[in-house]
Formats: sequence, C-alpha cells, structure tokens
Amino acid sequence: MQPGEVQLWGRQIAAVLRLEMKKTFLSKRGWWIYCLAAGPVVVTLLHWLVMMRPRSGFNHHLGDDSIIFAGLFQLFYLRATIFFGCMGIFSNLFRGEMLEKTLHYYFLTPMRRELLVIGKYLAGLSVALVLFVGSTAAAFLTLARHFGAAWSDYLYHGPGMSQLGSYMLVAALGCVGYGAVFLMCGLFFRNPMIPAAVVFVWENLNPFLPALLKKISVIFYLRSLCPVEVPVPPPFSVMVIDADPTPAWLAVPGLLVLALILLAYTAMSARQTEINYGE
Amino acid sequence: MTETLISFANVSRFYGEVLGINNVNLTIPPGITSLVGPNGSGKTTLMNLMTGLIRPTQGEIKVLGIAPEHPEQLCKVVGYCAQFDSCPKGLTGYQFIYWFLRMHGLTAAECDRKTNAALERVSMTAAAGRPVGAYSKGMRQRVKLAQAIAHDPQVLVLDEPLNGLDPMARAETIALFREWGQNGRHVIVSSHILHEVDQISDQVILLSQGYVVAEGEIKGVRDEVKEQPMQILVRCNDPGGLAARLFQQDHMVEAKISRDRKGLLLRTTDADSFYLLLNKVILETGLEVESIAPADDDVNSVYQYLIGGEGGTV
Repeated sequence: MQPGEVQLWGRQIAAVLRLEMKKTFLSKRGWWIYCLAAGPVVVTLLHWLVMMRPRSGFNHHLGDDSIIFAGLFQLFYLRATIFFGCMGIFSNLFRGEMLEKTLHYYFLTPMRRELLVIGKYLAGLSVALVLFVGSTAAAFLTLARHFGAAWSDYLYHGPGMSQLGSYMLVAALGCVGYGAVFLMCGLFFRNPMIPAAVVFVWENLNPFLPALLKKISVIFYLRSLCPVEVPVPPPFSVMVIDADPTPAWLAVPGLLVLALILLAYTAMSARQTEINYGE
Repeated sequence: MTETLISFANVSRFYGEVLGINNVNLTIPPGITSLVGPNGSGKTTLMNLMTGLIRPTQGEIKVLGIAPEHPEQLCKVVGYCAQFDSCPKGLTGYQFIYWFLRMHGLTAAECDRKTNAALERVSMTAAAGRPVGAYSKGMRQRVKLAQAIAHDPQVLVLDEPLNGLDPMARAETIALFREWGQNGRHVIVSSHILHEVDQISDQVILLSQGYVVAEGEIKGVRDEVKEQPMQILVRCNDPGGLAARLFQQDHMVEAKISRDRKGLLLRTTDADSFYLLLNKVILETGLEVESIAPADDDVNSVYQYLIGGEGGTV
C-alpha cells in the first residue's frame, strides 16, 4: 500500500456514498419502500389517536401493547418491512445501474471495484438505517403513549428504553445482514426477485425447521435478540420446533461476520464483473 | 510510464457462441486511429476491451503497459466516450462530470476547476446546470466527450463520437481530436462517417465480422484492401457476353449468372481495374447496363471507399 492510498480510498468511497445518497434517498422510484417504513408508524399513530379520544374507554394493559409491538416487530418489520425494503434498496444498487445502463459510469473511474461495492453498500445501509431504525423507534414510541404517565415511567424507569434499544439494534442488524445478502443478489442475478423469493421462503419457514437448519438464517439470530417473545398461536404452535436461542454475544458478531463474508465475496466478484447491458 | 503503445496479442472475445472479435493482433501508436467497419464488425468490442469494461476470452491487452484488469491504474490514463447514452438519474451536466472526477479521488476544488474546463472545451458551459436527461442527443454526446477528457487522459477512446453533432460541433470536435493527436496522445475513434475518418485519421483499422482486415496508415490500408476479393452485381442485357470478356482478366476470381439471366455476380481482387474494363466493354459493345452495385453490405462500401475515394461504385 502506498502512502496516501488510504486517504485516496476514503475520498473515493465518500464520493460514491454521496452520489448514491443524492440519487437514491427520497427518489420517486423508492415510494413503496417509504410506504413500507411509514406503514407501522401510521398504524401505531392511529392506535394512539383512537385511544386518546375521551370515550374510547380502552381496557388493555401496557404489557399488552408491549406484546403487540413485539408481534408487529417480528411479523411485520423483520419479515416484511426490513426484508423487502432491503431487497428494494440493495438489489438495485448494481442491478438498477445495469437496467439503466449506467454502471459503466462507475467502472470507468480509477477506483478499485471493492471500494465501489463498499461505497454503494454504505449508501444503501445509510438509507435503510434511517428508514427502518427510525420507523421502529417512531412506532415504539407512539404505540402506548395513551397510557400517559405510566408510559413515561415504563420508558424512563422501567424496561422501555432497553427494549427500544434492542429493537433498534435488531432492526439495524437486519439492515446489515439483509443488505449484504441483497447487494450480492443484485450483482449476481439478472432478476434478483428469484433469489429474494427463495430467501423469503427460507426465512419464513424458520420456526418450523429442525434446530440445526434454523441456524442457517438471518431471522433466527435477529429473533434471538428481540427483548419480548411472541407467543405462537395454535395450530402453528404444534408445528414449531424449539431451538436454543443464540446468546447476544454470539448473535451480534455472528451476523456482522456473515455480512462481512458476503460483502467480501461481492467485492471480489465485482472485480470480474463486465459491462453487459444485454444488447 | 515509458510504454507508449496499445497492444493486442492474440485477443479473442466471444459472447457465448457469438464471435465478438477473433485472434486480433494489433499495435496502436500515438496519434488518431480510426476503427472502421459495419455494425457487428467488432469495433465496440475492441473499445470495451481496451477500456476494461469487458475481458478477453483469450489473449493479452496492454494499454501503455497497463493491463485492463487493473482499472485503478488504467482509468487514470484512459478516457472513454462510450456508445451508452444514459447517465445516472437526476444529474446535471456539471454534476455528471464533477462526480466522475470526485470518484477519481480529486478534491472538490480540483473537480470544480476541471469540470468547468472540460465543459468549456466542448462549449457546454451554458447548459451545465440542466439535467442531462433533458439534453438533446448532440448535447449528450458533447457532455460525454467532456467527461472523457475531464481528467486529461493519455488515451482517448471514442465510440461514434460524431453521432448527432451539428456541423459546427462536428468541426470543433474534430479540431479537438487533432489537437490531442498532435500532442502525442492516443485518440481512437470509431465511425461510420467515412469521409471524416479519412480527414482526421493518422491510422486506420478495418474490421469485418470480428477480424482485423487491414491496419496501418490510410495509404497502406488501401493497398492491403486491394488484395481482398469483392463482389459486384451487374445487371445488364448480356451477362454471358460480359462474363466472357471479363474472364480474360487476371483479377477476376468468379462470375455467376443469376436465374433471371439479367444479373452477373462477379468477384474481383481489383475493383478499380474492373470498373475501367467495364467502361471499355460498354463503349465497345454497346452493352445496356441497368445497375452496378457492391453485393456485400457496408463493409464493401468501406473497402471501396478506402480503395477508390470518390471513385464511385454505385
């Protein structure tokens, strides 16, 4: 490595990051991703507003809302919002350029292709974190506001803040993990929907898989980190196979290592990638 | 960097089973070099190979001593105005070049200065603030050219760069090529506009169906191309008589009379002599000629152009 090379790499990654942010953040093409992120917040906001009405007469407890949020997070955020949102953001980073016939713009710069992969991944990750971690926090904070002082007490003196932190961490790790998966799919597959469908089925079959197979998925580690467990209703509860949850000290670095391996493989493959717009 | 040549050694490129270029051996010196050939002859493949956008199936390429597998070195010395007409969404002409330079690792001030200089060089300063998507074809072509020259490369590769340019812009662009060529740089241009190729080129590389048919200085290529047999279709009232007269000549390779007995398909290695002889036969015999045309497609027009200048085959 020559002196000044790290500085040069930093400038090049920063350039890709800023250009990608400029192109993709709040672009019209991503409207459905913003809807996915805003959906749960709208639902929790409506819930709060309905419960705030003088004659609403709600008769549930704060703990019920905590379980409702856990369900919302595991079933909607992890399995739909973050999964499909990351698919939309990350698989488009390379595939979108190929469809729009603009990838050569990047490939004609004297930048290591590995740095291009890193720059694009960081840009996608920044967008995903803002949208999905932000949405998670907003939904959590609005869901039970109608409990007033009890809610404040739960947040500041009870387990609220720690739960919020855990949910935000899980959402962020979801973006890191699924982001790496879908960035790779976007580089390798002409139609990333096919591998995405395979990953989606695999991730959703996870509770019903044998303990060993469960561990070969992103959702298993993410669910292990969720602060509140969601009870599985019958008849599905009969089919669920229990596996020991992975401890946080293993789940967090495990997911990061998995993402790093996928990114390294994508970066190495990018060096061999050719411009072929299918003409 | 001491190496000044671009070299291809036994380079082939296949797209699946389709041939892009086959067994190309070339050495391109500095100056203006034109790649000439009909669609599908391998011009763009050759350009994409030398800029590292695609890899050869076999063989070795070096651009000023750099292998295209190392874009971090190659793209410092190469500027490519590709045939692809698209630009990242939402960028203005200024941003298109500015961000390209930022990805070279230059500072913001350097990028700004070089962007403005490149835009001025192609007379696009006034439209720099407009989105590239709203540009006309000619303006897009010019902004792409500005992007290719913005980092001051030693090798400028231009795929059909004069397409869509108005006469004024065409003249300015040709002047730019000449200036770069005279400064000891490489300017490699592909074009269908043959009289412009003749005007601007120091060297020419003639491609047909993935093969290099001829290369070198224009005069040398003319001589080389003369060796290639070409097909000419003559429609007249006595093709048999014409064939009998023509076959007394050494340069005639083959003659076939068409089914309707009105056409004669000829293969000759010397088109100039053939046309002279044909004129003589017409004058002597009163042969009624309906039409004379090269029977191969564009490439023969190219050959004919390079062989005979305005010497008219059709």
